[in-house]
Amino acid sequence: MKNKTLPRQSWTFDEYTNSEIRRAAETGIYDIRGGGSKRRLPHFDDLLFLGASMSRYPLEGYREKCTTNVTLGTKYAKKPLELDIPITIAGMSFGALSGPAKEALGRGASAAGTSTTTGDGGMTPEERGQSKNLIYQLLPSRYGMNPNDLRKADAIEVVIGQGAKPGGGGMLLGQKIDDRVAEMRTLPKGIDQRSACRHPDWTGPDDLKIKILELREITKWKVPIFIKIAGARPYYDTALAVKAGADVVVLDGMQGGTAATQEVFIENVGQPTLACIRPAVDALQDLNSHREVQLIISGGIRNGADVAKALALGADAVSIGSAAMIAIGDNDPKWEKEYEKLGSKAGAYDDWHEGNDPAGISTQKPELMKRLDPKKAGKKLSNYLKVMSLEAQTIARACGKNSLHNLEPEDLCALTVEAAAMARVPLAGTSWVPGIKKK
Amino acid sequence: MNLDLKKLKLRSVNEKLQSIDRKTNSRKFTISNPEGNHAICAGLTENIEITIKGHVGYYCAGMNQNANIIVDGNVGTGVAENMMSGKVHVKGNASQSAGATAHGGTLIVDGDTSSRCGISMKGIDIIVKGSVGHMSAFMAQSGNLVVFGNAGEALGDSLYETNIYVKGKVKSLGADCEEKKMDKKHKSKLKELLKKVGSNIKPDQFKRYGSARKLYNFNIDNVSNY
Repeated sequence: MKNKTLPRQSWTFDEYTNSEIRRAAETGIYDIRGGGSKRRLPHFDDLLFLGASMSRYPLEGYREKCTTNVTLGTKYAKKPLELDIPITIAGMSFGALSGPAKEALGRGASAAGTSTTTGDGGMTPEERGQSKNLIYQLLPSRYGMNPNDLRKADAIEVVIGQGAKPGGGGMLLGQKIDDRVAEMRTLPKGIDQRSACRHPDWTGPDDLKIKILELREITKWKVPIFIKIAGARPYYDTALAVKAGADVVVLDGMQGGTAATQEVFIENVGQPTLACIRPAVDALQDLNSHREVQLIISGGIRNGADVAKALALGADAVSIGSAAMIAIGDNDPKWEKEYEKLGSKAGAYDDWHEGNDPAGISTQKPELMKRLDPKKAGKKLSNYLKVMSLEAQTIARACGKNSLHNLEPEDLCALTVEAAAMARVPLAGTSWVPGIKKK
Repeated sequence: MNLDLKKLKLRSVNEKLQSIDRKTNSRKFTISNPEGNHAICAGLTENIEITIKGHVGYYCAGMNQNANIIVDGNVGTGVAENMMSGKVHVKGNASQSAGATAHGGTLIVDGDTSSRCGISMKGIDIIVKGSVGHMSAFMAQSGNLVVFGNAGEALGDSLYETNIYVKGKVKSLGADCEEKKMDKKHKSKLKELLKKVGSNIKPDQFKRYGSARKLYNFNIDNVSNY
């Protein structure tokens, strides 16, 4: 036959989908993985800065000042967190990550003048020792929660949700529960550790207000209290966090990573980071709290441009998790052969829950952990954080701003209708902001 | 020394109790007019004795370390939550999540407790002379829960290694919780706990409940129990 049509793969039943159907049929269990959403989503890439022009003049790169520092927790705390750069390290647990990896995050953050955050597993001495500014998370499981550590923290973060799984708890599989992790979490070695999705001693924002009062009483009102929410209902969640008495709201979009949860959860629950920022800022402005209660945005922040865009849309700072892991060596192509043995490849490896990470980061196996030198890895992280800050400054100066925090939505345009609607900036080449009626 | 919450602010009462000078200060305190205030005696660290005369709100004695706190009244949600050590004795009833996530020490409730008593408890001993509400000892990890009265629905759901002793009726057991044999070791531990509250009840009158440990490692065949 001369005119045979080419074999046609279904758009609906693509190769990845079919492989997942076959895997589910064979194993009888849903797919669990780490990381955040991998699907194509409207993101900061869909925004561009306009730069200076006839109507505004730029600042001289490297020579004219462009400040990056930020103070978090100015509303209630006696000792707000003073950071040199508006990029913090997100909460990642000891248990999910190795001790050397946590130490590296602390070292890198401290060298770059910013903060790092504990996770669902308590505070380790390595992390506290190496972190100038350490935020202590209060999670539903309360694994390792200890008032002595609470009083050592520079801020407390009450975790309501994570962008990767709004409304979901966690699971640390038995493979990663060695003696030390088990002891810190008061559970037997080798069993799956389920983390609850709701806090054990409060259920709504009215209760949370009282919980925050208790935390402030225990820490003598010294340190800021952050509330971390997932990108679910950003306007109302932010408003309720402010009402509950937060000093800082941390808002994590669906590209934000997790140590482990169901693929179906990661890819189908929550909103993209870009879609969350403006509603959260609206809530803060409606309550006359914008800049008084600070907003930290996380979920898919990768470079200085993303930082600048998040700040231009109204955030006070951003937080990175996945990017920090990559900076210290996660998914490095130098381990390609080992990723292949695990059925993956560098850049795609996400079976962090299995504890076999060739890079020695998401593992508790001593022979793998040894591969990560916390000093060298910490240096890489501080380099990366400094590069991001320089990149953000480069953009801010080009927009004529002497502080990253002076960037504003007016500096931006969007490449797609979706991004224009979410960020509420005009579609490039037009004055059209979808969804906004002209007065 | 008496601290009157009608005259003093919560912060100054807690500050006083959190900053005890071991050499000079007295070690016995009373708090009058608590009037349902929240977070009274939160974050104490010293071995002092405090009697609160009246009803209190949420998180009384939260994260307590070493202090001996008596509440001559009822308590709100989360009494002695995340307690590390010391003793909290409630002479009335307790609301939800009594002793939640607590790592150590002893919580005694003379009356009843509401739902989720001992939720995610991590080593505390809780002794309830009345009954406990539904979902008590949910995801409880370690320690002992002793109930003189009855237990509500789904006792010990998703339980880890906590031992639960109930003298009365249990409405239903939660996922992965089952009645266990009461051996010599458990009888002796229970006797010790009963002694703490001056009870002469024989351990034989209690039944012990613990984890069946079937949900400890994920298995698709157990999916209906998750």
